[in-house]
Parts: sequence; C-alpha cells; structure tokens
Amino acid sequence: MTPRIPTILMCPPDYFGIEYEINPWMNRAFPADHGLAVQQWHALRGLLSELGATIETVTPCSGLPDLVFTANAALIDGRTAILSRFRHPQRQGEEAVFRDRLTQLGFEVIELPADEYFEGAGDALFCGETLFAGYRIRSSVHSLQRVAARIGAQVIPLELTDERFYHLDTCFCPLSQTSAIWFPAAFDHYGRQVIEANVETLIALDEAEATCFAANAVVLGRSVVTNIGCPRLHQQLRLAGFEPVATPLSEFVRAGGSAKCLTLRLDGEDAAAWAQRHPSDL
Amino acid sequence: MNLASGPESTKSCVEDVEVSGHIIDSLLLPKILDAIMAHKGSFEIRRITVGQRRTDPSYALVQVQADTEEQLERILKTISDHGAVPVVASDCRLVAADLPGAFPDGFHSTTNQRTEIRLGGHWLPVELQEMDCGIVVDADRQTAQCIPMLDVRAGQQIVVGHLGVRVFPEQRAQSHSGFEFMDSPVSTEKPKRVVARQVAEWLMETKRQSGRTLVVGGPAIIHTGSGRYLCELIRRGYVQTLFAGNALATHDLEQSIYGTSLGVHLERGDIMPTGHEHHLRTINTIRRCGGIRQAVDQGLIRSGIMYECVKHDVDYVLAGSIRDDGPLPEVITDSVVAQARMRERIPDITFCLMLSTLLHSVAVGNLLPAWVRVVCVDINPSAVIKLADRGSFQTVPVVTDIEPFLRALLEEITRLEGESAAVSVPP
Repeated sequence: MTPRIPTILMCPPDYFGIEYEINPWMNRAFPADHGLAVQQWHALRGLLSELGATIETVTPCSGLPDLVFTANAALIDGRTAILSRFRHPQRQGEEAVFRDRLTQLGFEVIELPADEYFEGAGDALFCGETLFAGYRIRSSVHSLQRVAARIGAQVIPLELTDERFYHLDTCFCPLSQTSAIWFPAAFDHYGRQVIEANVETLIALDEAEATCFAANAVVLGRSVVTNIGCPRLHQQLRLAGFEPVATPLSEFVRAGGSAKCLTLRLDGEDAAAWAQRHPSDL
Repeated sequence: MNLASGPESTKSCVEDVEVSGHIIDSLLLPKILDAIMAHKGSFEIRRITVGQRRTDPSYALVQVQADTEEQLERILKTISDHGAVPVVASDCRLVAADLPGAFPDGFHSTTNQRTEIRLGGHWLPVELQEMDCGIVVDADRQTAQCIPMLDVRAGQQIVVGHLGVRVFPEQRAQSHSGFEFMDSPVSTEKPKRVVARQVAEWLMETKRQSGRTLVVGGPAIIHTGSGRYLCELIRRGYVQTLFAGNALATHDLEQSIYGTSLGVHLERGDIMPTGHEHHLRTINTIRRCGGIRQAVDQGLIRSGIMYECVKHDVDYVLAGSIRDDGPLPEVITDSVVAQARMRERIPDITFCLMLSTLLHSVAVGNLLPAWVRVVCVDINPSAVIKLADRGSFQTVPVVTDIEPFLRALLEEITRLEGESAAVSVPP
C-alpha cells in the first residue's frame, strides 16, 4: 500500500478582510492587518508543506473575503464532496467557486436543496466511524439528516449553544479515531453527554485557550498545528503523544477562524475511519 | 408503541411532528421531548422505529399537545430547530356532491371519534360527530360537520379521502377505582353491586354537572317489574331523554291501566283472563285520546314511565318497527324520520344508559360520538358484544337481569344522596 499523502485545499488571502460582521469575532472597526494576514497564511502553508502535505489552492475572488476559510467549502467523503449551503448571503457567492474547483479536482459534487444550511467541514467532522455535526448557529439539523442519508454513516447532531463557537470546528477537533480536543461549554448538557459517550479520550480546553481558537487545529498524523497562545493544550497534547506546533494566526482570528478554518483536507482527516480504509490517490 | 409525557392529555391543540436520523444516540429525541415539556406542552410518541445498525437512522412520530394555539406554535418553532417538523400536512380534498342523497365516490367515511379536517392550513373540528357518515364543509363559515348519506344535497362540499383528515382515538380513562377491572370483555361474573355503585356515581355526576342522561329502554323493563325504579330515577331528575319503541310505552301504559304487562299481573305474577288483549286495548284507548300526553292530561294515565316523562318534561322519542301493534300515536313509523328525531337529540347527551334492548341500543350506539359514556345492561351477553362490535367500544357492558340491576342502582343512588346530604349539613 502506498503511503497516503495528505492533501489540503487552501485559498490565498488576497481579498481577505473584515468587510461584514456575521459572527461575534468580526468587527469592522477593528480590521485585519492585511500584510500580516498574508504573512501568517504563507507561514501556515509553509508549515503544512514541511509536515508533508500537498497544498492545492482555490483562486481568490474579489468580494469574497471569507473564501480563505476553505474548511467551509464542503464535506469530503471519499471522492464525494457535499457542497456547503451558506446561511449568510455574504458567503453564498463562495458556493459556485468551491463547486467548480472541487469538480476540477475530480470530486463528485453533491448540492443540497437551496433552503437548507450546511457549512461543510466547519460543522461536520468525522471521528472514527461517526460524523459529529454542529447545528443551529450555521448548519441546520435538517441538512444533517440529509447528509446522513447521503453518506450512510452515523451522524450525531450537536447543538452549538455559544455564538462565539458558531462552527463545530471552533470547539471540537478529532485528533484520531478515538480522541478529540473540545471545549465543553460550547455544548449543552445533551451534547456534552453524547460526546463523552462516543469519544474515548477527550482533551478539554479552558475558556482562555478556547477563545484563542485552540480547537481549530490542523491534524497531520501526530502533528497538531494551532494558533499561538495555547500552551496548556500543547502540554496535554505532548502528554498524549502528539507533536503540537504553534503558528501565529491573529488576523484570521479577528474574522472568527484559525488554522483548521483555513484548510480543507481533501483525502479525509486522519481521524476519519473511511480515510484509513480507502487511501486516496489524489 | 405509545409513550406519553403523562396521563391522558386534556390539551386541545395538537400537531403531529416527525423526526428522523440518529436521534437516539445523539439524544436529539430526548432533547425534543424535554423541550416540549419545558414549554409546558405534552407529547405522545405515536410511532418509533429504532435503527438496527449504527448507521441506520431512527424515526419517531410525535404528537405535540398544548393548551393554546400560541403555545403550540412556540413549541413547534423551538423543536423545529432540532429537526422535528410537522408531518407533511395538506388541506382536505373537497368534492361537490353531484347527486342528492349520495356522497361523491371516495368520500371520507367517519368514525365516532373526535375528528378534525384541515382547511386553508388550519385544523377545524368536525361537529356532530357520528360514525358511518360523510363530512360536509362550509368553506365560507369555516365549519365542518358529519352528514348522513340521505341528507346530502347536490352541490354540498364533501370531504374525499384521508388527506387532511385526522382522527383522535378516545383513550380509555385511567381509572384507579375498583371499577377498572370491569372495563374488560363481557362477563356475567362480575360483582353487580360495584357496577351499580359506579353507574350511580356517573348518573349523579351527570346531574350535578347539568348534563343530560339518555335512557334507551326495552319492554323487559316493564315485564320484569322494574318500571317503578326507572320512574323513581325520572322523578329524582336523573333522566332527561328517553328513546324507546312502541312496546315499552304500550306495556307501561297497559300496566298503568290494567296492572298487567302482556296480560301478566305484575304484582301477583298470574295471567289475567283475556289479559292478552290488554295491550291492544291500551293502544286503542290511547289512540282514542289522541296520544299519551292527552291521556295523562285527561287523568286516564296516572302512573308509569310515560306518565313520569310527561310530568317531568322528559324528552322522548318512540320509534316503531314492523312488528308493532297499533302503534301508539306518538310512535314514529318512518324509521328514517325516527332516526333523524333521535339524531337531533344526540348533541346534548352526556351519558347513556341502555337497558334491555338490543336493536335500539345498536341504533343509538351508531349515533353517539365515542366520548359519550355508555352503560349497556342486558341479560344476553351478545347484546353488549354486538354493540361493541359495531364500533361503540366506549360501552361499559353489564350482563345481568334488569330488575335486580335497577333495584341496586336506585339503592346506591339513595345511599349516595344520603351521604352527600350529610356532607352538606352545616356543622
């Protein structure tokens, strides 16, 4: 079996900026430093390449500042991409761009009905055989039922109850098929119960590190790439046998995103059981 | 499978919602049910299918119950965020009747259970609920009611099919009195005293709440000498309406005039000479007077059930049959007209006591909505079985001779009246 080469979709931040406010992090009064953002993005890309990932890109588009957050493009399941349906009109223009690029990359692109909201890998993360899916703030629970029917896997909807953690990938990050980072306060007691029952090993974040987007991490094998400012998590990751790496992403945090939001794993996350069964030839 | 949030709901606003997916492992279903309760609603799980494998979705059909439309709306809005959506609801389908006295093909055939139809996106209660009818809709007045086939006029809008029609099965009361084990298949081996006490309580409750008790009676009441108990019930205000045939009225009047029923002396039990003529002579006498009321007014009839009915304004309908002698002037010989007269009285009835009459009981059972409590007393088990088999499943069957039953019933009423009088005496 040829070793799997991790492949990640990214979008250069040419047009990135805080042009509207669709989450509590965005504030047009405090715009991102564009030069710094470009620098941070390239540093992340360089780091991921060094860790062995192949980087594919989407061509940036003027007027779509959030296109940089490719995690929200789609949910990848094998060679199928379930395209996002964005809740906010400001991001709906991204759908066509992502559809074209994913098609070009050889994916069968599935589009959900227009009246359903689903924000891709931002809200749907495999951990083992199960797809954990966030709903209420961005994705709707109805769309998750449809996704479940399409992919034929167990889909566990988790209500997101804190506006600051509006996507599941801001408060939950599968590290392997049996372990994950999470911020328990972003869920209600049902969600907490369900996660605790379904994930063997959980590393809980405190509020300070959770608001540094510590959960918005890119996992590549044993390497875990995060924003800076989460030393406590890094210590715990090391204890659990992972190799944490920090890279500054402050300008993207101003828009409500960090390392994970800036990437879309095209060959399947390491935590996804299906990705281990079917090595991608991308 | 039926799981409910509590005892039988009295909440009147309901909507069926469905939720599917991995609703068990994700605690989505418990969360939805909790949300309904948190908003002071209640629920009943009408159907649930649990996925067998991890990847199989589960499905639940849940009836949400609320006190008001606003409350229901609030609950539906909340739970829809968690994936519970109203079952695809569409308006009922209406077809204009093309002929008088017949429904359009495919008409919705009613039950005796509470029914609603959906019109313009809203659920409307169906009035005059009756089994084996159709539903006529007046869209302008936003009303719907059951209509017998014979009453259909051409052009009336009749509900067709099952779409947009929902039926609420009557639930058996969760009684924890000693009576609930009575609510089982017909048996002759039941303590009649307990039954009599329960029926006495129902009669008293109906009177206290200004309801209307309907007695459907057969001539066995007279033949067995139990007419006097029914007379006493009427005098004490426990009977508001009487449905009977020519026979009950005739033998009751015969007893008033001759002291006999079908010629048998009711005090002595012997057959009177020419006694077999008594009932015919009675009918003739009443016919010569012009009717029962006139006979009472003229002082010719001074006792009996019909006498008490006239004196205490008990509304009675006498329906004839093809084997009737006479009949008495009040007896309605056109059975369609008789059924219509009976039907007119049904909406006000809150309790029904059927005493020793098979066909009349079945006829009245057909007219009564399922929420009217019925007690059917007959010495023949097949009478009460027939009633239940024809859909009047709310019937409490009592298999016994009518005379000891009515005697015990009156004793229980007398005892309970004494108790309540004692309670109301100021200290």
